[in-house]
Amino acid sequence: MHGRPRKAYKPEEEAASAAKAVKLRSLQNQFMSNHHAKIYTKEAIDLSTKLLEINPEAYTAWNYRKLAVEDTLSREESNQDLVKSVLDEELKVVESALRQNFKSYGAWHHRKWVLSKGHSSVGNELRLLDKFQTLDSRNFHAWNYRRFVVELTNRSKEDELKYTEDMISKDFSNYSAWHNRSVLLSSLLAKAEGFMPNEKIPDEYKLVHDAIFTDEDDQSGWFYHLWLLDQTVNVETPLLTSSWPSHGSCINLSGGAGCLNDSSSSKLTTFCSESGSFPLILYFDQAVSGVSSSTVTVDSELRGNEDLVWEPVSNKNSRVSSVWVARLKYMSSEPCFPKEYTVKVRIGNSPGIVSSRGCNFSTPYEFVFTAHVHDTVREDSQEVVVSWTDGFDIWDAQSKDLNFLVNLDQQMGLKWRQEAIEEEIELFRALSDSKIGKLTLARLLMAKAMISENGVKGVHYEEILELYNDLMVLDSSHYHYYKDEHSVALLHKVTSSTESLSRHLFRYRDMNNSVCLRLNNLSLSRIASVKKLLFVQMLDLSHNELHSTEGLEAMQLLSCLNLSHNRIRSFSALDSLRHLKQLRVLDVSHNNIGEHSVDTTRYLCSSPLSNSEWTEDEVGRQMTSLVTKYWDAYFVLRDLNLKQLDIAGNMIAGDEFYTLVPQKVANLEDEDSCFPCPKSFRASTSSTTLNLKPFSDTDCGKTWIKSSN
Amino acid sequence: MSDLPPYPPLDPTTYDLIIVGTGVPSSILAAAASSSGTSVLHLDPNPFYGSHFASLSLPDLTSFLRSNSLSPPPPPPSDNPDFLSVDLATRSLYSSVEIATFDSSILDERHSRKLNVDLCGPRVLFCADESINLMLRSGSNNYVEFKSVDASFVGDSSGELRSVPDSRGAIFKDRSLALAEKNQLMKFFKLVQAHLAAAAASSTESDEGAVKITEEDMETPFVEFLAKMLLPPKIKWIILYGIAMVDYDQDNVEACGDLLKTREGIARLALYITSIGRFSNAVGALIYPIYGQGELPQAFCRRAAVKGCIYVLRMPITALLLDKETGGYKGVRLATGQEIFSQKLILDPCITLGSESMSSLTDQQKETLRVLVPKSISSEAKIARGICIIRGSVKAGISNALVVYPPKSLFPEQLVAIRVLQLGSGLAVCPADMHVLYFSTVCDNDDQGKAALLSAMSTLIRPQVPENSESESVVENDNVEAKPVVLWRALYVQELVKGEFGGSISSASSPDGNLNYNELVESAVKLYEHVMGSEELFKEETSPDNATEEENDGGVEIEAM
Repeated sequence: MHGRPRKAYKPEEEAASAAKAVKLRSLQNQFMSNHHAKIYTKEAIDLSTKLLEINPEAYTAWNYRKLAVEDTLSREESNQDLVKSVLDEELKVVESALRQNFKSYGAWHHRKWVLSKGHSSVGNELRLLDKFQTLDSRNFHAWNYRRFVVELTNRSKEDELKYTEDMISKDFSNYSAWHNRSVLLSSLLAKAEGFMPNEKIPDEYKLVHDAIFTDEDDQSGWFYHLWLLDQTVNVETPLLTSSWPSHGSCINLSGGAGCLNDSSSSKLTTFCSESGSFPLILYFDQAVSGVSSSTVTVDSELRGNEDLVWEPVSNKNSRVSSVWVARLKYMSSEPCFPKEYTVKVRIGNSPGIVSSRGCNFSTPYEFVFTAHVHDTVREDSQEVVVSWTDGFDIWDAQSKDLNFLVNLDQQMGLKWRQEAIEEEIELFRALSDSKIGKLTLARLLMAKAMISENGVKGVHYEEILELYNDLMVLDSSHYHYYKDEHSVALLHKVTSSTESLSRHLFRYRDMNNSVCLRLNNLSLSRIASVKKLLFVQMLDLSHNELHSTEGLEAMQLLSCLNLSHNRIRSFSALDSLRHLKQLRVLDVSHNNIGEHSVDTTRYLCSSPLSNSEWTEDEVGRQMTSLVTKYWDAYFVLRDLNLKQLDIAGNMIAGDEFYTLVPQKVANLEDEDSCFPCPKSFRASTSSTTLNLKPFSDTDCGKTWIKSSN
Repeated sequence: MSDLPPYPPLDPTTYDLIIVGTGVPSSILAAAASSSGTSVLHLDPNPFYGSHFASLSLPDLTSFLRSNSLSPPPPPPSDNPDFLSVDLATRSLYSSVEIATFDSSILDERHSRKLNVDLCGPRVLFCADESINLMLRSGSNNYVEFKSVDASFVGDSSGELRSVPDSRGAIFKDRSLALAEKNQLMKFFKLVQAHLAAAAASSTESDEGAVKITEEDMETPFVEFLAKMLLPPKIKWIILYGIAMVDYDQDNVEACGDLLKTREGIARLALYITSIGRFSNAVGALIYPIYGQGELPQAFCRRAAVKGCIYVLRMPITALLLDKETGGYKGVRLATGQEIFSQKLILDPCITLGSESMSSLTDQQKETLRVLVPKSISSEAKIARGICIIRGSVKAGISNALVVYPPKSLFPEQLVAIRVLQLGSGLAVCPADMHVLYFSTVCDNDDQGKAALLSAMSTLIRPQVPENSESESVVENDNVEAKPVVLWRALYVQELVKGEFGGSISSASSPDGNLNYNELVESAVKLYEHVMGSEELFKEETSPDNATEEENDGGVEIEAM
């Protein structure tokens, strides 16, 4: 069925086809008139049979037959023999239609429909399928239908697994057979009855090795291998991978934006909040639902946290997310003395946390941290204007506190997985001449890095980066994919050890010695490893190639973010920042915002005009035309608490846009008297660069390590 | 032959061509000649079709191998004054014939009727063989059905049989190759395929650039080319002996009777590769005719008969008739005494001049008879053949299989490959619980050949042990216990005679040492071109059938399992 060239029609064939069309048209007309008149006589049904024999794709005819069958069934329900014969007739029609066109969606669907009526025997179906699958072993309709029939007949999954093995051994290029195998194994492994992943998956690797090594140009094996790798790396049951605060850590909490003069606190993460609460972040390895005060217990003497509200941090409007956050209050109305509190968090003691695939969080996990609450120093804090050029202190690489910032993952059954990946790496080095070989090796090395315990040596990030660099050159049509993977690997490398991470960590003096991570000039196109960066308060991502801020939403402590000199094309790409309640300073200067008049992501969002929310809002009413024009900016900025925004060097920057921005930002500032409307939002009309922030005229491109020296 | 009822005299008495012997090459010639409108008389002294290519019952086979060793009775004296009559004799192609029956029940009527044993075994056909093409072109494919040979193995002295990874699917399923070896082997196959595709493209579009294997490489020994491709010894072995079916040890240049060139090696791989998948019913590259190889000459003879060829079996010729004046060929005298005339004559390779006739011939007459004049036998190689009827199978669960023992695999002095073919009752050649095993090896002398075959036999088969020595077999391990038991065995050494064109009198080839018929077909085609002028074989059949052949994969009947 595959790889047969299409032949040009000969004149006589064309004539025959024209004659067929005429016949078909008259048949179609008669049929349609029957259909509209709801005539279900034998003659009318026979007519539809004739039509379907010629053209099995006539979907209306199949639906008509369904109606006709329903009509008979409603009248003759008690007559079992008649019902059976009617349905058997349908099966016969489908079979002859399938002989005509094996790939007719309508015919296969009709057959499913007839069988689901439950009156016909399913025993013949597998035999029929065997016949069809001998004719075309890869036909996905047949495989699809096979799964349906197997479900009906209670044929064991093991038997079906054997069947896929037979089909694969006949022709290992049978992608459908491999696919069915993965479907069957997924469900068998999930049931875990005699099918333990640590035993089965290594066997599957052996099978697919034979296919890949025999013919590395064949895709089927590689796809299956990728699926296997996924099964090896990912655990079905959801796990907690990190949290903030992390286990055993110590945090300083203070009220307002007041600065602590306590120099001893510099070694700790200091968190200041005007609202008197701090985020408690849970980061899972996959999206879960059901995180609530009943599934997560928080024990502490901090008052007012009896009914914690857990919110998913997700761009999608759902209750499923891999990141969940709750806000713990640490300042009550009563006067508060400096005190140390121990907070104990227990997860999964009672069931309820469920992955999107339906697996329960089954391994209870517990972590403890200490919070120092300091007396609120309410002084008039001077306006802090964040410059990204200086004011940074090098992180003391010797300090042990970093170990508390980067915490251990909760992991299960690692040994066989590590061994399996290790074996794969050894094998696939032999095939790393080809593109797919290089990619697979890079993926395997990355998988090894992901499931290695922290601090385990022998993860070759340099090799992974090298492989992706090669691939970007070799296979330019998939450049962006490789670039993204390269970024992911690079970020994993940076976060893989305290040594490497501390090279990028700084303290920002002007803001309570905030923890600052500087990942500028790394040509990153994607953000990753966020789970290890939850403690970061200032993040410098300038001079990269980022298109979006996706992933940053988990960094709930983030108050300053530098995205200047990236490739952000619209405010929609900043959507994830809306979750960052602490974000005050945002630099998106020198991006491509507004450069592209047609923003394709708009079509993925619901129409702003259908959203009644904004019309009720004051600004929305006042500046309807502006809001309509800059709705994406409006929606992002409305939810942010920004005090500084730099938009210079983008197409969107202009007087018109500036009239909208201060409105939006100032609006929120009114709530907090500490921060008067900053000068920085005034448009400097004289400047041709339309820079809103006159203070950022220094060269941002300087590397940060240099500037801090 | 005196006990046979007398034949009525033949009519007509003059033909364009008389062929004596119904072996495969002769039958192809008969079918081709009669298809082109030539009048042909096809004779065979034996009561069966096929001559040295026949499939026979055990008693018939035994008597054929033995009786051929005897000289025929002296012919009746010539009394025709018009011609010079030259007496003919039959020379046996077989020597050292040794037949042993270990279980006499094998000769029972009940069994022997079910046994069809090949004289020229082990022999199979490749799906892409020229002989298959000829059958399709001639239409003789209608008279034969084939079945696949299920498996192909390479063996060694340990008794272990490793399957030959000869296709993409077989490499995938193979358990003995390491992953890297699978990769290397498949890459090599792909290189050959790419080369073939490029060659095919360049022959039609004259695009020389795409050819993958250089001309210099084509002229080097194949074994060197394989080494150049960095193939490990194990894979080299598989390719040389398991797929290219090479006889001589290619690593031993001095002792090697035939060092294979890369060009020929690639051609053999090409034959193998194109054989796989040529017919959708066939499992692998090799097929075997149901009821035995004897079906093939019969199929060509039937085709010839349809086209007007006249057949007479049990009809030896006793003398050649030459023109007294010119010494030219005129006709033959049959055993019945009747004289039949023809333009041309093609003789079976075992026919020779009577001992007394030689001396009295003139030079001119000798020239006419030159293909019959015995040549000084140089160090011509022979072929040792063996047949074993066994109970059980050499490999559990597998009925029809080819086993190759490459040089040095059985014993250090083994210079040539030994090939073994096991066939089962599915091919209608033996009773249900038995198998027929064919052995062959090229040899310089009888003893060497037979020793080699016996060595292969003892590796595969358990000898019949007398009842009283039960204890001995207990001492031997279980491995031996599982081996099949031999019921009947034949060993013989066959001379290799090449067909020869000699003007009006030519001779056809004897069975050769190869596994397939390709060289025999090639020599038959050449002989046909000489004898008939440069006419193409089965020309008239070609055009009408071709279109349909393309459509339905050639129409060779291959029974599915």
